Amino acid sequence: MPHEPAIEASGLEKSYGEVPVLGGVDLTVARGSVYALLGPNGAGKTTTVRVLATLLRPDAGTARVAGHDVVRERAKVRRAIGLTGQDTAIDELQTGAENLRMMARLCRLSRRAARARAIELLERFDLTGAADRRVATYSGGMRRRLDLAAGLIVRPEVIFLDEPTTGLDPRSRQAVWEVVTGLTRDGVTVFLTTQYLEEADRLADTVAVMDGGKLAAEGSPAELKHQVAGHRLDLTAADRGAFDELLAALGSRAVAPAGERLAVSVATDGSAGHVRALLDELDPARRVIARFAVHSATLDDVFLALTGHPTEKETAGV
Amino acid sequence: MSELALRPPSLIGDVRAMIGRSVRLSARNVDALVTALALPIMLMLLFVYLFGGAIDTGTAYVTYVVPGVILLCAGFGSSLTAVAVTEDMKGGIMDRFRSMDVSGAAVLGGHVVASIARNLMSTVLVLAVAFLIGFRPHADPLAWLAAVGVLALFVLALSWFSAAAGLIARSAEAAGGFTFFVMFLPYPSSAFVPIDTMPSWLHGFAEHQPFTPVIESMRGLLLGTPVGNAPWLALAWCGGILAVSVAASGFLFHRRIR
Repeated sequence: MPHEPAIEASGLEKSYGEVPVLGGVDLTVARGSVYALLGPNGAGKTTTVRVLATLLRPDAGTARVAGHDVVRERAKVRRAIGLTGQDTAIDELQTGAENLRMMARLCRLSRRAARARAIELLERFDLTGAADRRVATYSGGMRRRLDLAAGLIVRPEVIFLDEPTTGLDPRSRQAVWEVVTGLTRDGVTVFLTTQYLEEADRLADTVAVMDGGKLAAEGSPAELKHQVAGHRLDLTAADRGAFDELLAALGSRAVAPAGERLAVSVATDGSAGHVRALLDELDPARRVIARFAVHSATLDDVFLALTGHPTEKETAGV
Repeated sequence: MSELALRPPSLIGDVRAMIGRSVRLSARNVDALVTALALPIMLMLLFVYLFGGAIDTGTAYVTYVVPGVILLCAGFGSSLTAVAVTEDMKGGIMDRFRSMDVSGAAVLGGHVVASIARNLMSTVLVLAVAFLIGFRPHADPLAWLAAVGVLALFVLALSWFSAAAGLIARSAEAAGGFTFFVMFLPYPSSAFVPIDTMPSWLHGFAEHQPFTPVIESMRGLLLGTPVGNAPWLALAWCGGILAVSVAASGFLFHRRIR
């Protein structure tokens, strides 16, 4: 079944006691693509990964990963995946090389093959110099790289990366991004979670915005940005009457109107042409808008646009 | 089908890899290692030189107390398994092991085997110091073998028990509390003073708690004195604790990962 998706989930639900964490997640990930689950803390990203990686049994719904059911064919799924979770999964008291050799042995590699694979991965992740040092002496970025390497021992079909760059400095983040890009060149399917819009934008073919245990929107970064734009134009109206006029002109495009400050925002791509066109369109007589500012859309903006604003939802469906 | 054919050799391979890991982690956890060795030796010196003069056991006190100290040492050393298991459950490494289809039994088994290796080594050290301060056992090779066997079984049972405790504990501190409890258990037994010198309300507990028959077996085997039914009681206790602990840790592991 070469055309079967790498990951296919429908109606995934999971609660911890009384607390619902996943409220019916449906998603499909094409083979060889990068899929990013974007959302704030507590959105259900980690729980989704844990269900797909067979670590957690869903209360309802089904999921297939690499063509196998995550509940009934757990062992087969496990043989096809690699997981790098949010918590570092390496031993502080072992050296980098020892950690990788151990993981390789657990992947049923022979002693000789395990040694060779460890050397290869250390080289690839720029850790050769630190191979025989205990992980306790590693920097955060080195740990993360070793952790990623440990999830790649047997070239899995599907790799799960749960917030791979959270807490990393820009240089280490860049290194992780290069690893992910390299993986896709090898034809591996990557499923990652992130809190950063920029990361999803850089890496993913498909981005899903997760909120409150459900997917609020899904699409290519370009499609999503079309909905929320990459930037936000903040407008301040000249007076109360102008503010109302501005709201009327914006219609469903208005984001986060704040009457007491006479402020409202609108999505833009940030280009001079688009900003100029917007200003002209909204205020042809040049008296309504007193001030404006442009800034990059943050995850908050994406959220506001995709989940927070009731009228925004209608346009999302158009 | 191929899954079934692969499983047995891979489980053994997993356990071997896990033993290597646990042994390395044990050997490098210097704090725990030093505590597990220094504490029993200090207690032995304390009992022999400070309290020993006032304690009348009918023999040289060092002869009486060494088996007790060995058990105290082994008990504490085994209970450290709980801390190691708690650390694993807390971190992300258990998720990775599970995503690689490594069974919980392999992970726990690695810790238990490392615990046995660690405790046999520390026992040798305690015995060496005991020799220096005048401990003279009268045991033939067979009795030595039996003594080592009883001790190893005790460590095996208590290490699995500790592994189960480590699955219950949610923090390293809680697991540390468990080790404290295990370290205290030998006191109300025949480890340091004969039970008949204790208040009568304590006799029932002291005589029938698991440490007592194990200590009595070790003492009898090492000193060449009659052991009575102590070794059988010791075997029954250790076998029972082992069986319950293995079953409980399997149950606890699966409950914990839900």
